[in-house]
Amino acid sequence: MIAVFESKKMPLVKTVVNGKHIEVERDRWALDVLLEMGVAVPTLCHHPAVEPYGACRLCVVEARKGKWTWLTTSCDLQIREGLNIETDTPSVIRSRRMSMELILSRAPHVESLQRLAADLGVGRPRFGPHYDIGKCILCGLCVRVCDRLIGASAISFVGRGRRRSVTTPFGAASESCTGCGACIAVCPTGHIRSFVEESALNIETWNTRLEMIDCKVCGTPFTAAKLLESVQGRLGKGGSLERVCSKCRRLQMCKRLGEAFHQV
Amino acid sequence: MKLDLKSVDQIIGKYDGEDSWLVMILQDVQDKYNYLPECALGRVAESLKIPLSRVHSVATFYSSFSLAERGRHLIRVCDGTACHLRGFTHIKEEISRHLGISEGQTTKDKVFTLDVVACLGACALAPVMAVDGRCYGNMNAEKVRVVLDLYRREKRH
Amino acid sequence: MISTAGKKDTERIKSVQEFQGKQAYSRSKFYSDKVRVSVGAGTCGLANGAADVLAGLRDEVGTSGLDFLVRQTGCIGYCQVEPVVDVLAPGLPRVFYHYMSAGKARQLVRAIAEGDFHPDWALGRLSRDQLLVRSERDFSSKPNGLSTVPKLEELPFYKAQLKIALRNCGFIDPHDIEEYIATGGYSALAQVLASIDPEDIIDLVEKSGLRGRGGGGFLTARKWRACRQAHGYPKYVLCNGDEGDPGAFMDRSIMEGNPHAILEGMTIGAYAIGSDSGYVYVRLEYPLAVENLQIAIEQARAYGLLGPNILGTDFSFDVEISRGAGAFVCGESTALMASIEGYSGEPRAKHIHTSEKGLFGQPTNLNNVETWANVPVIVNEGAQWFARIGGEHSKGTKVFSVVGKVKNTGLVEVPMGVTLRDIIYDICGGVPDGRAFKGVQTGGPSGGCLPESLLDLPVDFERLVEAGSMMGSGGMIVMDDHSCVVELARYFTEFLTRESCGKCTACREGIVRMLEILEQITCGKAVREDMDLLDELCCYVKDNSICGLGKSAANPTLSTVKYYRDEYLAHIEQRRCPAGVCRELTKFVVIPDRCKACGRCVKTCPVKAVRGREKVAHTIDQDKCVRCGACREVCPFDSIAVA
Repeated sequence: MIAVFESKKMPLVKTVVNGKHIEVERDRWALDVLLEMGVAVPTLCHHPAVEPYGACRLCVVEARKGKWTWLTTSCDLQIREGLNIETDTPSVIRSRRMSMELILSRAPHVESLQRLAADLGVGRPRFGPHYDIGKCILCGLCVRVCDRLIGASAISFVGRGRRRSVTTPFGAASESCTGCGACIAVCPTGHIRSFVEESALNIETWNTRLEMIDCKVCGTPFTAAKLLESVQGRLGKGGSLERVCSKCRRLQMCKRLGEAFHQV
Repeated sequence: MKLDLKSVDQIIGKYDGEDSWLVMILQDVQDKYNYLPECALGRVAESLKIPLSRVHSVATFYSSFSLAERGRHLIRVCDGTACHLRGFTHIKEEISRHLGISEGQTTKDKVFTLDVVACLGACALAPVMAVDGRCYGNMNAEKVRVVLDLYRREKRH
Repeated sequence: MISTAGKKDTERIKSVQEFQGKQAYSRSKFYSDKVRVSVGAGTCGLANGAADVLAGLRDEVGTSGLDFLVRQTGCIGYCQVEPVVDVLAPGLPRVFYHYMSAGKARQLVRAIAEGDFHPDWALGRLSRDQLLVRSERDFSSKPNGLSTVPKLEELPFYKAQLKIALRNCGFIDPHDIEEYIATGGYSALAQVLASIDPEDIIDLVEKSGLRGRGGGGFLTARKWRACRQAHGYPKYVLCNGDEGDPGAFMDRSIMEGNPHAILEGMTIGAYAIGSDSGYVYVRLEYPLAVENLQIAIEQARAYGLLGPNILGTDFSFDVEISRGAGAFVCGESTALMASIEGYSGEPRAKHIHTSEKGLFGQPTNLNNVETWANVPVIVNEGAQWFARIGGEHSKGTKVFSVVGKVKNTGLVEVPMGVTLRDIIYDICGGVPDGRAFKGVQTGGPSGGCLPESLLDLPVDFERLVEAGSMMGSGGMIVMDDHSCVVELARYFTEFLTRESCGKCTACREGIVRMLEILEQITCGKAVREDMDLLDELCCYVKDNSICGLGKSAANPTLSTVKYYRDEYLAHIEQRRCPAGVCRELTKFVVIPDRCKACGRCVKTCPVKAVRGREKVAHTIDQDKCVRCGACREVCPFDSIAVA
């Protein structure tokens, strides 16, 4: 059976995935294609909103082209004519298990990691936890999202090798963090801790505290003032933001819909 | 402590404010202040119009950068393979014994900082150490003491 | 230093014809009627006292009112015998003197002024002008009173060497572009600009079979062609002078002693590729290399050999220096480019080649120092000449830095395909102090350790990889039986945990876990099963890392496990380090029968653990002893043993 994925710009090329012949547009990321096909590929450092990074190594596949066979991450592998991808060879399984075991040994108590490990057939890691690093597995999603997507660049990788970590500059309160929470949303392990206290958003992990704005309907603090400011800045004079929390806005919307329904 | 940041501006001016020279700009800043003061990094980020997080990231990635103040004389002991085989450990331990500091530390009087580096490229003279960029070859415990005392005396004058 | 300020217009060479005139002029200046005395003042020479020698020479020449030229050169590669002074007198063969001091240097110039060449201090004389492939004059038949001095090129250390990349190191003053021009420098560039099409240069380099000297051995012409064919402007030409392998320093020597060769090579490459801008990336630990390169760049610009309209043609090319800041991973191409762009040196996957998208996202060609230095010679001597040197797939020569437990340490440039034995024994004199050869580590932290049984292995790209090692940048560290291979594997692995950028799980986590196991082994706390886990980790790190650092990180461990398994097992099962290096497993004792009570060990011991009086065999206080082994190294009677 030949499945065909729609092409928009690039020409279609023939490739083989797990023995299945398909045509895919050239240069697409292999991981995206695999996931679309319903092939289960584990990954911790990939997010469709940012460019591939290739850090966690969980998405490895065995690629073959001509006489060359090699193990490669699929997130940053581009589809080319004649590429043959296998996702469940013994070496792929072996590699994924070891990557998982090493990642899990960094943060053995994280449930999401335990589940993924169990799926891959990895039990208790053979390596002890090495040093106090919280739940961070250095996937870099927070750094990339903050830099490329949000444009705040509030955090970055610091140090190298085994001393690598993610922090704000000098570990101090960030001046450029807007409190958008994107880093918290993309973190696969729940490493980034935050809470609201006395009308302030505390992103504990980044040592950053941001004043919040109260919802003008219910009075509950609902967003960081800086975020509102930054979004307003991007909208320019064209749009204005209502200082209403999402809960109240939903209620207002329901109310309006209900009224409209009664009028009909 | 308030630092005069005019030198930072001069350094950046030398590189036409191009952020691609960041690594070299930081080297020059470090040459000037003997380490990378936080406020200097802030000025670098501001003048180059790049995020401070990037400057901080680069400043902690490369091993020659130091965010902590260092001694007047920087001792670098070579732990290249040849030096390692020919007695790097003795040399490092002798320095530690003699100055009472270990790797990465600075003496209380701020005269010496001890660093271990990957290779100074003078392998034929292993074991090697360098003080302020000057290489000393074929070291042994006694020569270590002689060289260090030379620099220590210099301080008194 | 020669100042180039204000010379811009007067020195500028405006055409290829003018260049030929400059060449003749430089030659007559170099081989003038004055005595030229020079000191090898590379980093290694300076560490051995060359600065004092130079000061002594200058002072003596000044106070004695001699009309001598005093110059400083790079390093002739024979680091063991430094400081080195050489004398080039009119009409006479060039004589090299070793183990010089300021006092000896003063005496030497006074003697030479009287016509006495002090043959007793000489290391050797050159029967030709240089150890170069080409030579102006031949002195083989008229040694002129220096017949007792051996010919330099017949010394065991130089006999099997052929200097292409190192051709001028130690022979010319790197601060004077005219000395480079006098010895044939920039003639290849002039020839290229005058009469060769860019594509033909790539063909020429292809026919020569030149492969990258930085480690991987990729075909240079193929890289150039890919970059030439890539779409985009500007294109960049880079020189990798990062040379991070601990134990290798040939690139330093070339940058210090022959910087113009690199610039000439890069300019030819840029012309072939269609680039007008380049960078030399130099590691921070090489301040003298940066200085000499900077001077060379300024001089080349002043002479119109770099910059706009080189030699009056419409070809323009300029080079800038980018200094590294201490990161081994920046030897990896994509990390190096990130560093030049002003970011942390983090590699990326190379599914898109750097020849298409490299520095600043533009087509980029990167070669290392030694590769670039080969290019002008290939142009001058021809592809066939070059291709005749070396083995079947590895053409030309390779520079090795032979260090560690070997008699003659230094830089050795030999045709590829010679055996490890030729290099270690014939050229470098084998292991000193009557100790036994144990192995040789090639390729630094990315390479492997090869045992005695492989001494007859011809050294080329393929054979080293087959044996589980690699060429790397050419470091060769010789070990004797007082070196522990397990500790060596631990050392390299620890090095790599510090130098890994930390981006990918495989390298960052995998190498750290390898190190944990190796530390257990060297502490005598490991069990047999740990060897299996170590092997599993090695294979994993090799297959799953993003860049070359990780992919080759397991080589030191894998090769030592392969060739020295018994030694690993001795650590694990008998809790014993046969070499007496691993401290937790070692106890030094004095063999009373052999001890002559000379007191050397007593004097050497850093913690005063050796007790002894005259005429009474010494003893070691085990509580005080820190197991450094210094006593064993100094004992002339071999009376200290590992219990």
